[in-house]
Amino acid sequence: MDISATVLTYIFVGLSFSLYIGIAIWSRSTSTSEFYVAGGHVHPIANGAATAADWMSAASFLSMAGIIAFEGAAGARYLMGWTGGYVLLALCLAPYLRKFAKFTVPDFVGERYYSQAARLVAVVCVIFISFTYVSGQMRGVGLVFSRFLEVDINTGVIVGMTIVFFYAVMGGMKGITYTQVAQYCVLIFAYLVPAIFMSLMLTNNPFPMFGLGSTMVGEEVYLLDKLDGLTTELGMSAFTDTNKSTIDMFFITAALMAGTAGLPHVIVRFFTVPKVRDARISAGYALIFIALLYLTAPAVAAFARINIINSVDGMKYVEAPEWFTKWETSGLLAWLDKNNDGIVQYRGGNALQPTKPAFGSGREDLGQRQLENLPTANENELYIDRDIIVLAHPEIAQLPNWVIALVAAGGLAAALSTAAGLLLVISTAISHDLLKKTFRPDITERQELLYARLAAAVAIGIAGLFGIYPPGFVAEVVAFAFGLAAASFFPVILLGIFSKRMNKEAAIAGMLTGLIFTFSYIVYFKFVSPGENNPEHWWFGISPEGIGTLGMIFNFVVSFVVMSVTPPPPQEVQDLIENIRVPK
Amino acid sequence: MSNKSSEKSTENSRQYWQANLRLMYVLLAIWFIVSFVCGILIVDYLDQFRFFGFKLGFWFSHQGSILFFILLIFIYTWRMNLLDKRYGVDEGE
Repeated sequence: MDISATVLTYIFVGLSFSLYIGIAIWSRSTSTSEFYVAGGHVHPIANGAATAADWMSAASFLSMAGIIAFEGAAGARYLMGWTGGYVLLALCLAPYLRKFAKFTVPDFVGERYYSQAARLVAVVCVIFISFTYVSGQMRGVGLVFSRFLEVDINTGVIVGMTIVFFYAVMGGMKGITYTQVAQYCVLIFAYLVPAIFMSLMLTNNPFPMFGLGSTMVGEEVYLLDKLDGLTTELGMSAFTDTNKSTIDMFFITAALMAGTAGLPHVIVRFFTVPKVRDARISAGYALIFIALLYLTAPAVAAFARINIINSVDGMKYVEAPEWFTKWETSGLLAWLDKNNDGIVQYRGGNALQPTKPAFGSGREDLGQRQLENLPTANENELYIDRDIIVLAHPEIAQLPNWVIALVAAGGLAAALSTAAGLLLVISTAISHDLLKKTFRPDITERQELLYARLAAAVAIGIAGLFGIYPPGFVAEVVAFAFGLAAASFFPVILLGIFSKRMNKEAAIAGMLTGLIFTFSYIVYFKFVSPGENNPEHWWFGISPEGIGTLGMIFNFVVSFVVMSVTPPPPQEVQDLIENIRVPK
Repeated sequence: MSNKSSEKSTENSRQYWQANLRLMYVLLAIWFIVSFVCGILIVDYLDQFRFFGFKLGFWFSHQGSILFFILLIFIYTWRMNLLDKRYGVDEGE
């Protein structure tokens, strides 16, 4: 029996969604403590899995392997940057924040720096960072729905929003935590199964992470050497060579690491475990769960690159497989027959000018979509959007239909779990930090819980609008989230724990310096003057993606200078620091 | 008397904190070496060596650093739990 991939996808996605809703009903929250931090009763392994799902977003699941596939060695900045932050979290932040035992990151900033102004700056950062991030997730949801379920992107976003609404608004952190554990299982299974298939096909090794270092089936040559050969032969840069400058790699990786450790939706997960030592080990479990995907990603990237080159280069367009024409219809793949031979030439360099395809309304003679772009001077005729690699590779490798359906369910799990975590952080920032702690301290716990649910509902609505009408700048501003977290929260929290001399004045001055500098640099190069966005004009050759690291250094410097000329924090704050430094 | 015992506990906390910092510095140094040094700064130099089917620098930046990160967190957890007990600041059951 041969069931179509679309029917199977409906079944898989339907089953996984019912599971998430079932968990939400089982784990409703009844108090603010349950809504904000799941009552602090989450087992460290469960928290590890939930953190992994919270953390691994549509970007990790859908985009990362695609980026590595096309950029090769330079993709390592994401692999190291998005995992190395957990070492900082486990060693420098998580245990102390757990001992502090409050609900949010602005809570810590507000109390440690005995200042409502500092709390408000933190709230603004939290909301900005989280909304930036959540709009990316919504695009991921839309992408999966439109391609695999063949429904309108808007319908897809609305279905996704409804599901998140259900378990985030009802369940709060408690509902989200257990749903995320389930989502982790779905997404890691969905990521590993096609990777194992491909590893077996190409290298006979059932472990993709080792398959990457094995020899090709039936040949004596190592897979990576083979790929280097293929890419150089076609005039592309060799897969294992870096095409980024060392200083830029360094700064981007550092910004991603410090940003990871400073991201509020990740930090808050460590408030949910019972003990300080659980917070330490929980970061370790989280990283193991994350590493299962991250160690596999470069393998998926290399396998996909080989399969794409082998299957499309030299192919007659009229004989193109279904996936090729379907993605072309989705607008994420384009072919411009430069030499009019009807055959696809896949070579180095961009095929189109401008780089992204602008489709006309009609079709050319062979049935390919009309393009309004000008051809570039090189021989390359193919544009492939890197976001499609993970979704398309099971089809490219002709894996069974159920694997394709599984990947769609996994992509949705990754996007929804991250979206839910972010929405909760936004709602908490509003109901707890803005209302209860700042403007309406007289509200009861019941009212606070109600406001938390309302804020979550409104946040979901806004995120949904971002998904339906994606602002053109979504991809551009992802650099913001990490850069700003690195330049604002990371130094303030770190110094708040490790320096007793660190005071309110230094924290506010440092946060503002880091924020304003990073923000201006990114806005200048991304929006004001995009034409200058190249290494020639960057400061020290640091791209906007990596500038958060410099912002962070400025934050540290300003903090040290200001704290040395202003009075030390009051005695009770120094006692608080003493207190969070020891577990008991 | 009470003054003396509080001095003693302050001294105990101070030593615990110093031991904690020493452990942290050592582990962070390794963290920096496996990622920033081996994976970025000297990656081209390491690429002349082979590690199974990988160039060594490529392996560090794509897989090795991540494996070390996991190891570092578990070593930290194990050593800190011992420190907690030795200085009598562990949380009990």
